[in-house]
Amino acid sequence: MDINTIIDISLLTLLAITAVILLRLHNLLAVVLLSGIYSLLTAGLFVSLDAVDVAFTEAAVGAGLTTVLLLGAIAVTGREQSVTRHSRILPIAVTTITAAALIYGTLDMPKFADPNAPIHTHVAPRYIEKSGEEIGIPNIVTSVLASYRGYDTLGEVTVVFTAAIGVMLLLSGSRKSKSQNVKKNVDKNE
Amino acid sequence: MSKKRSLILREVCNLIVPAVLLYAFYVQFHGDYGPGGGFQAGVIFAAAVILYALVYGREKTQQIFPASVVRYFISIGLLLYASVGVASLFMGGNYLDYNVLSHNPIHGQHLGIFLIELGVGITVAAVMIMIFYMLDEYASR
Repeated sequence: MDINTIIDISLLTLLAITAVILLRLHNLLAVVLLSGIYSLLTAGLFVSLDAVDVAFTEAAVGAGLTTVLLLGAIAVTGREQSVTRHSRILPIAVTTITAAALIYGTLDMPKFADPNAPIHTHVAPRYIEKSGEEIGIPNIVTSVLASYRGYDTLGEVTVVFTAAIGVMLLLSGSRKSKSQNVKKNVDKNE
Repeated sequence: MSKKRSLILREVCNLIVPAVLLYAFYVQFHGDYGPGGGFQAGVIFAAAVILYALVYGREKTQQIFPASVVRYFISIGLLLYASVGVASLFMGGNYLDYNVLSHNPIHGQHLGIFLIELGVGITVAAVMIMIFYMLDEYASR
């Protein structure tokens, strides 16, 4: 077994353990910190798949900033998850059926790293062979993201912009006018 | 968050923040050659500012990056991106076709990618800093 397989298996095992612990926790502070660890492990997996740009984003956003912003959100709302009392049968059934459908869907997918998979035969060869002449920069990811798919990236930036406007609108109001529930949680923690 | 933090925390922050800011610029302008780009650079820049704010408090950070200015940069980045597209329309190409931006297509591509990555970086950094400011302000209200 080569070193890559060992790294992949250990990262995936840690990822699964983190996910299970995340599900069982009710303390939101611990949940946020563990989500950061989950993101960091995912970033490690992306590195082992040679997707360094994605890994970079995942580490910076998922493990770094999101954790801080979610901690800020917890400071506003409260640390404990409220206990749900209704039956668990329906959620479990919905999750099982969705998971079964998704796994059934993967049966039709091409095998991992199959060179004849549609994604490797459509536009990818053109990007790999021609982006050096057409765009002239070494990082193909940047060529695709900023030039070939520039319109998509404009859309993504617009999404970030819109999200920021939404957050600013939500948080700029007076705190007293918020629902009693939020206020009660904060009082409990102080 | 205005209470004074420990000496060690402040000194480590003083050491780390300039390096992180410099790294953000490296990621921004080296994205054509290595991993990274505007999105990652914006997040790293915001992380440095947020670290400073966590240690020194929001009021002191807002003397350097005032919320009223950061708010404008949210739109400036997106407008820069979109106006590169409009510029290429006026120079006879399609929307966001960088080939026409300069005397030869490769230089045009370089210029276009540089500008739109800068736009992405500005918007992402400003958005992250602004969300942190808003949350901090809301929590202390």
